[in-house]
Formats: sequence, structure tokens, C-alpha cells
Amino acid sequence: MSASNLHMYVMAVPLLTAMFVNLFGRRSDTVIATMTIGSLAFSSIASIAVLANVLEVGRISYVAGNWRAPFGIELVVDPLSAVMLALISVIALLASFSTLKSVGQELPGRGHQFFALYLILISGLMGLVLTGDAFNLYVMLEITSITSYGLIAMGKGRAPLASFNYVIMGSVGACFYLLGVAYLYLMTGTLNMADLAQILPTIGGGAAVATALGFMLVGLWVKMAFFPLHGWLPNAYSLAPTGVALVAAPLMTKVTIYLMVRIMFWVFSADFLFIEHALAQSGIVWAASIAIISGSVMALGQRDLKKMLTYIIVAEVGYMVGGVWLANSTGLTGAVLHIVNDSLMTLCLFLAVAAIVYKLGGSEFDRLQGIYRKMPITMAAFTVGAFSMIGVPPTAGFFSKWYLILGGVEAGHWEYVIALVLSSLINAVLFFRIIEIGYFFKDENDHGHEKLEEAPLAMQAPLLISAAALIVIGLSSGPLVESIIKLALPAGF
Amino acid sequence: MSIQTSIWPLLAVLVSLLGAIPIMLSDRTPNLRESWTLLAALIKVAIVISLLPHVLNGGGWEFVIAEVVPGVPLVLRVDAMGMFFALVASILWFFTSLYSIGYMRTLNEHAQTRYFASFAVAISATLGVAFAGNLLTMYLFYELLSLSTYPLVTHEQNAESRKSGRKYLTYILGTSIGLALPAMLIVYSLTGNLDFQVGGVMAESGASPELLALLLVLFLFGFAKSGVMPFHGWLPAAMVAPTPVSSFLHGVAVVKAGAFSILRIIFHILGPEQLQQANLGWIVCTVAATTILVASLVALTQDNLKRRLAYSTIGQLSYMVLGAGMLTAVGMTGGLLHIAMHAFGKITLFFCAGAIYVAAGKKYISQMDGLGRRMPITYLAFFLGSLSIIGMPPLGGFISKWNLAIGAVESGQLILLLVILISSLLNAFYFFPIVYRGFFLPAAEGEPEGIKEAPLFCLVPLSITALCSLALFFWPSVFYRLAQLALGL
Repeated sequence: MSASNLHMYVMAVPLLTAMFVNLFGRRSDTVIATMTIGSLAFSSIASIAVLANVLEVGRISYVAGNWRAPFGIELVVDPLSAVMLALISVIALLASFSTLKSVGQELPGRGHQFFALYLILISGLMGLVLTGDAFNLYVMLEITSITSYGLIAMGKGRAPLASFNYVIMGSVGACFYLLGVAYLYLMTGTLNMADLAQILPTIGGGAAVATALGFMLVGLWVKMAFFPLHGWLPNAYSLAPTGVALVAAPLMTKVTIYLMVRIMFWVFSADFLFIEHALAQSGIVWAASIAIISGSVMALGQRDLKKMLTYIIVAEVGYMVGGVWLANSTGLTGAVLHIVNDSLMTLCLFLAVAAIVYKLGGSEFDRLQGIYRKMPITMAAFTVGAFSMIGVPPTAGFFSKWYLILGGVEAGHWEYVIALVLSSLINAVLFFRIIEIGYFFKDENDHGHEKLEEAPLAMQAPLLISAAALIVIGLSSGPLVESIIKLALPAGF
Repeated sequence: MSIQTSIWPLLAVLVSLLGAIPIMLSDRTPNLRESWTLLAALIKVAIVISLLPHVLNGGGWEFVIAEVVPGVPLVLRVDAMGMFFALVASILWFFTSLYSIGYMRTLNEHAQTRYFASFAVAISATLGVAFAGNLLTMYLFYELLSLSTYPLVTHEQNAESRKSGRKYLTYILGTSIGLALPAMLIVYSLTGNLDFQVGGVMAESGASPELLALLLVLFLFGFAKSGVMPFHGWLPAAMVAPTPVSSFLHGVAVVKAGAFSILRIIFHILGPEQLQQANLGWIVCTVAATTILVASLVALTQDNLKRRLAYSTIGQLSYMVLGAGMLTAVGMTGGLLHIAMHAFGKITLFFCAGAIYVAAGKKYISQMDGLGRRMPITYLAFFLGSLSIIGMPPLGGFISKWNLAIGAVESGQLILLLVILISSLLNAFYFFPIVYRGFFLPAAEGEPEGIKEAPLFCLVPLSITALCSLALFFWPSVFYRLAQLALGL
């Protein structure tokens, strides 16, 4: 292990642990817990070390199997991927404490299967942000997809159907992406991203290159559930075992946004995207605005907290896609900051949901009556997460929204500004509806004598940490943007 | 003219927020719990007053909390205008705390711990609004104030308070997120900074009159706590809250945070000069004048005492906005002064309404015949408070209304003078009958006779605030000086 290959270990350790979890985890849950937490704790510490190092020395490349790039596969870590790597590791670690409890309850005796897939999923996500090869990216995308198909299908009731739906949509998306890569390979003869970025400007932006970009984007949009390609997400995330949603909801869509940014600016170029295809750029901001409104409005129609949150995720995808395509530095800063903030606030809210489901058996609105008296600590943290989603300062969510709206103002995309403001208002309605139910209504079965029924410490501790993080990150937005996010932006922004 | 860095402004804001912790921990021992509230209130007044002399000498205090956005830190900066509001709010919080104890205990209200804790957070947020050094910081505390008062408005936790709570948030959060936030971002995108400066941060932005007009409208309606029509509906609805909440928050802290924010925007963000040049004062004046007249008329028709006071508040708040809209030095001074004058008068009236409810259990004016003879002190205080609101000498309200009237004449808009006079007349029409009924009409049959005042914890604070209203007529100089400093006069 050295500074130049530490990032490879961040990904490899959970991957290898997955095998052992499946082998030895049958014996006892303690073994699973030790191995999962241990490997993810290593990844978290190592990924933070990688981030610190990269911020100092810049881009670090590791050549897998000593096959020299551009022929072999590079694992590259630059400030942007280092941020993502740290985010994935830390969020997965925090989620895992809660996941262990929830899987123990929902899938007794199947922990070793679950956590083997779970760890592969996480290292797949890490692989996605590390790879410097367009085709390898496809492979990683399939690793994360296939593991999540399996994990989602472990849920009860109609979960297998939701998973099947996801398989169909996911495969279509993957095909689009792969076709795009094939076009690029035909045009340039290379798959290495850095190589592609050098060759593409020299061959001019013909129809084939534009088609390649279009295919890749559509593929990624399916995977990130960009409205109207979102159909698979709400059912998949709400019917899956709670432990899956805990890690998939904060991370999957956000990592795919990262992939879009990576492909857009590190394979293609800002000139190609925003000057040669200005019309498409404008159209995509409009589409993002529509996605934001649609996601929010659909969330209004839900009667289940978990399901409601999945539609909010769909709306949030619109925030970030729009921010990236505003084509200015402020919007892009907002989008990248929002990747971090949105992951954390989604984590916070889903950790609260996991605690609620653990104690109450579900998250339908009817069950939430009187919950502020039953689970005051959980709901306090939930309220912080909700405020962040609404965008109340000084929570983190306010500050990324600040940059996003400002980017919209600077770019003159008023439709996007209006969509963001409307979505904040709808979020306020959504969350205050929950607060109203939880705070005013008394659970009739209990005859108004709610007992304290808090979730176990293993679920509460990460929840409180994530809620506190939302405030701490909000208050340190200035230094965070100046010393990390600005470095992670593509050159020229 | 020096700005000194000091942690005291932060402590002034935080003392009540930190006070919320021991308050929650002393759930089981009410006497200890209320001691914490009073202690925090006293410390707060002491800190604010200790910061006063330097501000009166033209200086200021500053504390940077965090760097959040380039050019716009979260910062507390105590200037004359902030000190003006902080002084009013912190002094009145102390009296409200005393009053709360009497009111909540006599009525044996539930969830008193949550009540006192939320109250403590709300007053922290109010001081935050007062001491905010830039628009972002002010927005932050403004939102915190909205959210922390929600549990107070919905204190009863029944269907009616749920409905009112929903209305409260819809109006207040809806306008602040929907209107004020975008306006703030537009200002930031033009100037790259959101500092409060005498003359306005927009002075050199070169913004067109149309854009200024748009921003003015967004801000005017964005801070709906000021109750300008048509975004006033939350205030009567919020009267379902316990009376100390109505008196302090919906007579002083919350509503004045709204009016204060609008004044801040006009004085220190958009700038009176720019608005004058673009000839935009009429927008503010029209909205405010309409609100004043309509609210006063509606107040006449209300039988529920607290609702009548609420509509009166809506009307009086718009005096402050009207003063700012005149864009003349005297008018703006009058608008700012009215924050203090109205606060002492209106809190007295609300305290009296609560005392009547505690002692006699009555909410409706039509039931209050002859009550003045049973509660002479309360009714006397009520009389003084209403004189101040009407604007008669020798009470504080006269001073601000006098300035407003002169401002109207100076700005050459005699119609505004007419509005002020008609409204004062209407104020008399809706207040005097209450006093008249209390003292001169015979009580309904079966009503007990003999003196029965509210407990001392209620009676003493309301007497003191009434006397303060009187004193402000004779000694308004501190507030007058602060108002002039705030306007750079």
C-alpha cells in the first residue's frame, strides 16, 4: 500500500470482504457485522487519506495489472472522484449500522447473502468513480445494477416485480450507454477517457460523435432516473428491503450524476457541449425544470413516507442535471455541492425511515400518528433532514440550492429558478404534512398513551451523526466550496 | 465611528437558545424551569444594554459566525437600527416571561416545557434578525423565527390550531421562500454582496427602475410577517395561540421582524435614494395605506377581543411600512419609531386581553360589559395602551404618528396624511367602546361583583408596559437617536 495505489484498496477491500462474508457469515451475524463494518471503516479512513493527498498533489493514476494506459485499465483519482470516493465510503459506513439491524429483522438467516451483494454493490459504486476507462465504466455500471437487482428482489411482496421492471429499464439504459461507447471506439480507436479527450477535438464534432454523446447520456439518464425515465425507481426503492434503500437512495443517483459530469467534461468538452449544441443545452435545462416539478408533484400524491421520499429523489435528480447544464461555474458548483449535500440529507431521511420501519413495521402515513411522542429523537433528526430538503438555512441543503438558483439567475434560465423555488415550497408542504400527522394526531390504538419506543442505538447514532453533519456542513459551506469543490470542477469552470 | 469585533452580540443571541437546554432538562420542576427563563431574559437585557452606549456614540459591534458564501458570511453586526429593535424585543421578552408564568400556571396549560423552550428559541431568532449584519443572516434568523413559533401557534394541538398552523406556515414560509429568497439571490448576483449599508448596497449596481420595482415588490410581500395585505391572513388565525404568544410574538417580535426586515431592505439594501430616483415610493405607500384602512375597518367588526387586536396590529404594522415608503427623512424616522411605540402599546393591550381571559374567562367584547369595574387596573392599562395606539398625547404613539404625519406633508402626499388621520379615528372607534363598556355599562345579570384582578404575575407586567408607553412620550430620546443614526442623519 502506498499513496499511489491506496485508492485501489479502498475499492478492493470491500470487494474481497464480500467473498468472505458469504463464506463465513452463515455462522453468525456478529461475523457479518464485524466484516462489513471493518471493511467499510477501512475504506472510509483510507478514502479520506486519499482525498487529502489528492487535494495536495493532484491526479493520481493506478494502472491495473501493469497494462499500460491507454490499452490497460486505469484507476484514476482526481479531486472530483476523491470527493465521491470519500462520500460513498462514509455514507456506506454510516448506513451499514442501521442496515445490519434492519436486515436482521427483515431477512433473518439471509444476512450473508445480503451483505455479500451489498458490499459488491458498494465497491461497484467506488469502481464507477475511480475508473478512467469508458468501457470499464460500463462493466462497473452492470456490477452495481446486477447486485441491486438481486438486493431489491429480496424484498417482500411485489419487490421481485419491481426488481424485474428495473432489470428491463436498467438493461435498456446500459445498452444505450454501451452503444455510445461503441460509436466512440469506432471513431477514435480508444476507450481510455483521457485518450478520448485528446483525440475527440482533433476529429471534429461530426454526427457520429454527437450520437455517441446522446446515447451515453440517455443511458445514464435511465440509470439516474431522470424524469421521464424514472419509472423504475420509486417501486424499486420503496419495495426493496429497507437496508437496500438506505445505501441505494443516497448514493446510486448521485454517482450517476457524477458519471454524467465525468463523461461531459473529461471525455467531451464544454465547448462541444454548450457552444456547438447550445440548443440541446437549453432544452436539457428545460427538461430538468420539468423533472423537478413533476417529481415534486408526484411526491404530493403519496401516502407512504418511503415512497414519498423516492419521488423527492426524482425531483432532486432534476436539480443536479439542471445545475450541470446551466453551463456556468456557479451552476456546476451548485450541482457538485448538491451531490454531497443531497447524499447526506437523503441518508438522514432514510435512516429515520429505517428506524421508523424497524419499530412500527412500515412507513404509511397512518402509522405515523403520534410519532413525535413515540420516537422524539428519531423525529428530531428527521426534522433536520426535512429542513435541509426544504432548504432552510443553515442546513446544507440551503447552500447548494443557493448556488443552483444563483446559477439559474446568472444564466437567465428563469424556468429553472422557478422550478427550484416551487420545489422548495412543495417540499415544505410534503414535510410539514408529515410533521402535522406525527405531531397532532394521536394513535387511536394507543388511546393517546403513547409509550416511548425509540429505535436501538445502532440506528440512532448514525442518524444523529448525519443530522449534525447537515448543520456542520451547512455552516462550513464557504471553506468546503473554496478548498474542495472548486478544485473538483472541470478545467475552465 | 468604529466597528469593534466582539463575541457579545453572539452571546446576546445565544443566551436564550442555550437557555432552552436547562429549560427542557428541568421539565419536572416548574419553579426551577421558570427561573432559567427569567435568568436568560435578564442576562439578555443586560447584554443588549451594555452594547448600547457604544452604538449611541456612532459605533458598532461585529461578530463573524461562519464563512458560507463568497462575500456573504454569516455575521452579526450591531448597528443603530439593529440595536433599536433588539432593545424593544429584549426588554419586552422579560416582561412577557413574567406574564407567561402567571398566565400558563393559572390556566394550567399542558406542555409548558415545550412552550417555554420554543419561546426561548424564538427570542434568539428575533435578536438574530435584529443583529444580522447582512441579508443572508437576516433571512436565516427570519426562517428560524418562523419555524420556532410553529409549535407555539399550534400549542393547543387541536383541529383549529392545526388549521391555523398550516395557514401560518403557508403564508410565512411560502412568501419567504417564494418571493424573498429569489429577490435576495437577484441582489446578490448584481452586487456580489448583501451587506446592510446606509444608502443601500444596490446604490452602485446600476439596476434599471423596472428591476428595482420588481425587487421592491418581491421583498415587500416576501416578508409577510409584516402583515401587508393580501398576505395578512395568518395573523388573525395565529390568535389561537396562548395569549403571551399573541402578545409578544404577534404583537412584537414576529410581526416586527417582518416590518423591520422591510425597513432594512428599503434603508440599507435598495436604498431610499435609488427608490426616490426611480419614483417607486408610491408602490409601498399604496400597499401600506390600503392595508391600514382595510385592517382598521375590519377591526371594527370583530367581537373576539384578540382578533380585534390582531387586525389593529395589521393596520399599525403598515404605518411602519408607510413611513419607509414616504422616503423622506422624517417619514422614515416615524416608521422606525413606530416599531418601539406600537410595541409597548400593543403588548399592553394583549396582556390585558389575556388578563381578562385568565380572571374572567371572557374572550368576546360583547360579554365584557361592566368588567372594568371589577378589573380597574387592567382596564386603566388597556386605556393607556389604546391611547398610545391611537396616537394621542401624552403617550409614545403620538411621537411616531406625529413624525409620520410631518413626513406625509413633507413628501407632498397629502392623501397619506388623510389616511393617517382617518385611521386614527377608526382606531379610536374600535378601542373606546371596549373601555366604555367596561366602565359604564351594567354587567349582565348573574355576573359576580367585586374586584377580581388577574394574578400579580399578569398584572404587574401589564402595568409596567403601560407606564413605559407613557414614559416614551416624555423620554423618547434613546430611540430617537438610534433611529436617526440608522438613517445616517
